[in-house]
Amino acid sequence: MPKVIVEVMPKEVLLDPAGKATARALQRFGDGEITDVRIGKRFEITISGEVTPKLLEHIAEVSKDVLSNDVIEDVISIRVAD
Amino acid sequence: MTDLIPDTVENAAATPEKDQPFHLLGLKPDEYQRIRDILGRRPTSGELAMYSVMWSEHCSYKSSKVHLRQFGHKVTEAMTKNLMVGMGENAGVVDIGEGWAVTFKIESHNHPSYIEPFQGAATGVGGIVRDIISMGARPVAVMDALRFGAIDHPDTNRVVNGVVSGISFYGNCLGLPNIGGETWFDPVYQANPLVNALAVGALRHEDLHLANAKGVGNLVVLFGARTGGDGIGGASILASDTFAEGGPTKRPAVQVGDPFAEKVLIECCLGLFAGDCVEGIQDLGAAGISCATSELAANGDGGMHVTLDNVLLRDPTLTAEEILMSESQERMMAIVRPDKLDAFLAVTTKWDVEASVLGEVTDSGRLVIEWKGQTIVDVDPRTVAIDGPVYNRPMEYPAWLDALQADSPTTLARATDGDELKKQFLAILGSPNEADTDWITNQYDYYVGGNTALHTPDGAGMIRIDEVSGLGVALSTDANGRYCQLDPYVGAQLALVESYRNVASSGATPLAVSDCLNFGSPENPEVMWQFARAVEGLADGCLELGIPVTGGNVSFYNQTGDVPIHPTPVVAVMGSIDNVARRLPSGWQDEGENLYLLGVTADELGGSAWAGAVHDHLGGIPPHVDFTAEKDLAGLLGAAAHEGIVTCAVDLGTGGFLRAVADGVLRFGVGARVWIDEIVARDGVDATAALFSETQARALVSVAREDDVKFRGLCDGRNVPVLRVGVTDKRSGELEVQGQFSIAIDQLRSVHRATLPAHFGAVVGA
Repeated sequence: MPKVIVEVMPKEVLLDPAGKATARALQRFGDGEITDVRIGKRFEITISGEVTPKLLEHIAEVSKDVLSNDVIEDVISIRVAD
Repeated sequence: MTDLIPDTVENAAATPEKDQPFHLLGLKPDEYQRIRDILGRRPTSGELAMYSVMWSEHCSYKSSKVHLRQFGHKVTEAMTKNLMVGMGENAGVVDIGEGWAVTFKIESHNHPSYIEPFQGAATGVGGIVRDIISMGARPVAVMDALRFGAIDHPDTNRVVNGVVSGISFYGNCLGLPNIGGETWFDPVYQANPLVNALAVGALRHEDLHLANAKGVGNLVVLFGARTGGDGIGGASILASDTFAEGGPTKRPAVQVGDPFAEKVLIECCLGLFAGDCVEGIQDLGAAGISCATSELAANGDGGMHVTLDNVLLRDPTLTAEEILMSESQERMMAIVRPDKLDAFLAVTTKWDVEASVLGEVTDSGRLVIEWKGQTIVDVDPRTVAIDGPVYNRPMEYPAWLDALQADSPTTLARATDGDELKKQFLAILGSPNEADTDWITNQYDYYVGGNTALHTPDGAGMIRIDEVSGLGVALSTDANGRYCQLDPYVGAQLALVESYRNVASSGATPLAVSDCLNFGSPENPEVMWQFARAVEGLADGCLELGIPVTGGNVSFYNQTGDVPIHPTPVVAVMGSIDNVARRLPSGWQDEGENLYLLGVTADELGGSAWAGAVHDHLGGIPPHVDFTAEKDLAGLLGAAAHEGIVTCAVDLGTGGFLRAVADGVLRFGVGARVWIDEIVARDGVDATAALFSETQARALVSVAREDDVKFRGLCDGRNVPVLRVGVTDKRSGELEVQGQFSIAIDQLRSVHRATLPAHFGAVVGA
């Protein structure tokens, strides 16, 4: 069955406390090249049947309204998995 | 973007006719003109950014200032004798004895909490905690006064869940117990919930610090989290307008909080104070660096030179105006002597807190800010932070008020028998404003730290300050918007006496007040009238009770559509108790104790829970306030607690006598049998008034039989009217109103508890 992948990230200008903490942890492990980490969410949505443009439109809508909080997050990609 | 030329002072002087988007930043044409007059030229975009945020209602108190002055005037020497720091600083500081002082303050975070309830409420907690840290105190507890829209409105669930999770997330992560507060639901708060956060901190007298920039040559250091694009909102307009097309997109108006960063910041600041590394610390809240630099300079030697390029950024694309206005959380600004910078940095490094030196204190009388080698701000900091606009806004007696007051509750149908009284009682107990809030408070950690002596559902929260002597403080927040709608002067006083009585009922002595005044738009003359009356009532009331207002904040423009909220002056009263072991809980625990009603009962049902929950009615006039009776009652409760002759005290507030009995029963699940015949006979009221009237200056106490004589003697000696109205009953498992009805405790509890979970989901930890 096909899958649709939705990715949500915290808005770029807002603080991402978990990402910041992770970046610092990685830096403590000694990797000086890591300067920043941002943590987002990935949704794998399994579909029964075909992925139609109409369905993708519906997923875009719920991604904005339900899967993300558009005050502090952005939906950065919606795609059909290979 | 970063290579664009900033708007310099030189440039501003050379291009006086440049069109500036002041109206988009909330400035009125005459305010903009005033800035031009002060500077003798047009402001640079950076200066415009600073003036616009600092002259906003939120930062400048421009509409409220003329009224708030009363808090400074209506005081006596006795009132200020324990006051170490009064209004105007980050938070007031009160001496509670034994070398200890307490600082506390309540502040609003209403509008952000509607846009993004979780982060809005969380950063509200973070902001008020930083005020406490900046005074040199260790935060020890938080509380919250909340107002939401109608409980059954579809959007209320989103706001309630977000706000409560945000408060619990931030407070629990910080390790601060949440010991109390209150929650009301009313359609007037539908699109404008109120989130008022209170924090209290403790310090030794010698650790007190004030935030000002004194000492020419001292360094200005920014430390804590990096500066990002949080909460800039309108400032981006400035940037994009200044730099034409291709500017940054509009930045979000919300901020994201990081409680773990704040926890580290608390320890870091306490370390800096303890090591004597700083002259003063100022927290960064609303208006960020604009506020901190201008306030520190204005309160100090008057000048400061800052190089904005030294601000550590999370987002390198920020413009100078955005850096000046950013409300990124968990940041502080310190004034540090140059010879102590190494020691300062040693402390910040230990706590893994980033710090950068922005500039130094000068005596030039100017706040000068440089950016990329050019001067972009050159102002007198007093004109930014202190001498902003002051408005004497027009006021008007509300056209609708006479009709509202004439709509007296005397016309409402009263119960004719015990069954009906029981039905009405259960309707009150299960109504949204009277229902058990454990759905909310169970999400808060109220024991963390191990010093919590009382917490919700007790009428006041209590925290032990000295672990050896047992010295502690009690706090309560109250506001009854329904009373205030009927009469803002009396309503504000009722909030005060209710809070005062809650603190006294815990066995503590009320000492000081912090207030958070939530109102509609000051540009509406009727709202301005409500505000003026409420402030006057509060100031007069504090004078009568002899406790000073130590600080607080004003939140205007709270309305749903065109409808202003009910005036909601949240009053927090703080009191001290010699030993928290002598505290009085809000419920009885033992068998066969006598229940006494202190105070007399009048037929006062205007704005009552009975009128609201049973008849959906709001009209008439609120209960009468009697300050002498309140003081006598508080004195009696304090003495009785000190001598250990009462075992519990429940304040009578909304819902009246029967609500207090139910509180006493439900606190520890111990039943009671009460009678009202003597109240009816002595005070000349009917059963409805005896059970549900909200007459003030009353409390219900339980007294062990062996202390009966002593207790009655104490009441006589202190002129407090007293009636024996019941006995506790451990075996019955009931609350019985003799001759009227009885209810099993289980039923009482399930009615009281069901309301919030029915709308918002299961109770945590129940």
